[in-house]
Amino acid sequence: MSAALKVLRPGLFDTIQDRGRIGFMALGMPTAGAMDRIGLTLANALAGNPKDAAGLEIGVMGPDLLVEADSVRVALVGPLSPSLIEAPDATPKPLESNRSHLLKRGQVLKVGMIEGSSTAYLAVAGGFALPPFMHSLSTYARAGVGGLKGRKLAADDLLPLKLEHAPAGDERKLAGPFDYGSGPIRIVWGPQDDHFSEAGRKTFVSSEYRVSKEADRMGIRFEGPTIEHAKPGDKGGADIISDGIGPGAIQVPGAGLPIVLLADRQTVGGYTKIATVASVDLPRLGRLLPGQSVHFQAIDVAEAEKLRRDQEQRLSRAIADFQTARPAGGIDLARLYEVNLIDGVVF
Amino acid sequence: MIEAVILADVSVRYLSCGDTAFTVEFGNEISPEINGQVMALHAAIAAAREAEELPGVVETVPTMRSLMVTYDPLATSRAELQPKIGGLIARGLASGMKSRKVRLPCCYDDPDFAPDLVEVAERTQKTPEQVIAAHLASPFKVYVLGFMPGLAYIAGLEPSLYLPRRNQPRVRLPRSTVAIAMDMTTIYPFESPGGWHLIGRTPLWMFDQRREQPVFLAPGDELTFERIDRSTYDSIARQVEAGTLDWATLVTT
Repeated sequence: MSAALKVLRPGLFDTIQDRGRIGFMALGMPTAGAMDRIGLTLANALAGNPKDAAGLEIGVMGPDLLVEADSVRVALVGPLSPSLIEAPDATPKPLESNRSHLLKRGQVLKVGMIEGSSTAYLAVAGGFALPPFMHSLSTYARAGVGGLKGRKLAADDLLPLKLEHAPAGDERKLAGPFDYGSGPIRIVWGPQDDHFSEAGRKTFVSSEYRVSKEADRMGIRFEGPTIEHAKPGDKGGADIISDGIGPGAIQVPGAGLPIVLLADRQTVGGYTKIATVASVDLPRLGRLLPGQSVHFQAIDVAEAEKLRRDQEQRLSRAIADFQTARPAGGIDLARLYEVNLIDGVVF
Repeated sequence: MIEAVILADVSVRYLSCGDTAFTVEFGNEISPEINGQVMALHAAIAAAREAEELPGVVETVPTMRSLMVTYDPLATSRAELQPKIGGLIARGLASGMKSRKVRLPCCYDDPDFAPDLVEVAERTQKTPEQVIAAHLASPFKVYVLGFMPGLAYIAGLEPSLYLPRRNQPRVRLPRSTVAIAMDMTTIYPFESPGGWHLIGRTPLWMFDQRREQPVFLAPGDELTFERIDRSTYDSIARQVEAGTLDWATLVTT
């Protein structure tokens, strides 16, 4: 039988995602990809995968996964409280998040709820044995492509694994939670900031905006003070001749409330975009939950680029600083499994 | 055929799209000239990337009147990239880029396929046959793809067929429906809602994930509809469904 993780109980919105389906926007194909590239990068690094590997993006609540492989190394990243059922009828035992774990056949990983974030990641060493579509494994559910059958996980799905055995190696953990930053969400004005009145722009950067219930992989509708467009006829009005929509574009239709467009956004659109979220803060957007509030702060392009480069350096350092993880309780089960595997004993 | 006319005096605006993209705007109207400039820069950037002259560029997204250039801020910067793009424009963009000619079979004759044909005829003071003839004679060109994967905005509709969108969009219309609105025609790649006037159906799928090139049309394609009867429609539809259609016969480069 081929190696797999079997979905005993699906979570709310679990999809396979990598860094996105890059290079096909001209054909109308959204990039999709991880909502929080930092979380996916860390999960891949903990699992020993290259950074462009696909992982499982967990939306709000994760699945229960039965291991149908001799062994598999999984890495979980995010504010999770996972647990493990080691044998049938055993009580679930808590597991640490932000580290890798070696699991064996018959065990059940309960990923559980995410606390205070909408998004978390699970990576498996060696990756998923799924066919790429347009060079990417990212699930884009609206067109039913990528990932597993082009959709979120459902009960009884088998997530095929490339490896039947976890590779030898230590378990790794993050030295500390990655600092995503706090304070206002940094934005760069444009592409259509000149379609708004000065008062409208001021409203946008001086008000609190709350994430509405309409928040998903495509984008987040915010609630708060309405943003005034410039007078039509002058320059302005909410409609433009459609142009390209970059990641983090903040679209403001005629009703005046901002919509931040994220991974599954359409490629082009005909509403004015007052500003664009700086890429350094996109992972924060990808983690926001309905009801949470943000402020926006304008910076220039060069500063946004510098912040992004600094963040990538911190991410590289966080990966260089991974520690070797020991399981709680003293006995290094992971090590035992590994030795057995090296000796060729099959559980 | 490549008609290498150099476009002089092209002035553009650069619009910021954060720190991973910017838009090169050629104008604020829909015209073949402006779209020609957009497509010319799209092609010039592709050629420069091929020659490894533009490290850090990720992709370009053409629309009716602008080109969005996305880039990796870890590999380049706006300050470095924008002058290079400006240099490509200053060097002169070749208009009349080589474009594909695509034939698109369309069945107008089944009332299920063309529920709005009679109404379009009434509103444009034509007979249904004249509507079909005008659609067949229109010199269509793909301007932009978007809204959903493979959905093409195809301009060039014979002006006597111009109509605004329907007041009441349909909640669901079938895949591969051919529709018109304003100065454009389109083909719905998926079963989807839509507010255009439905005048026919093609047996082709504009998006087929089984194909190596899942999206059939591309920006810049010149398009001609070819009238087919219902039995030809059925025969081509079976080949599309089975994945045996030779799509290359529909395209001349």
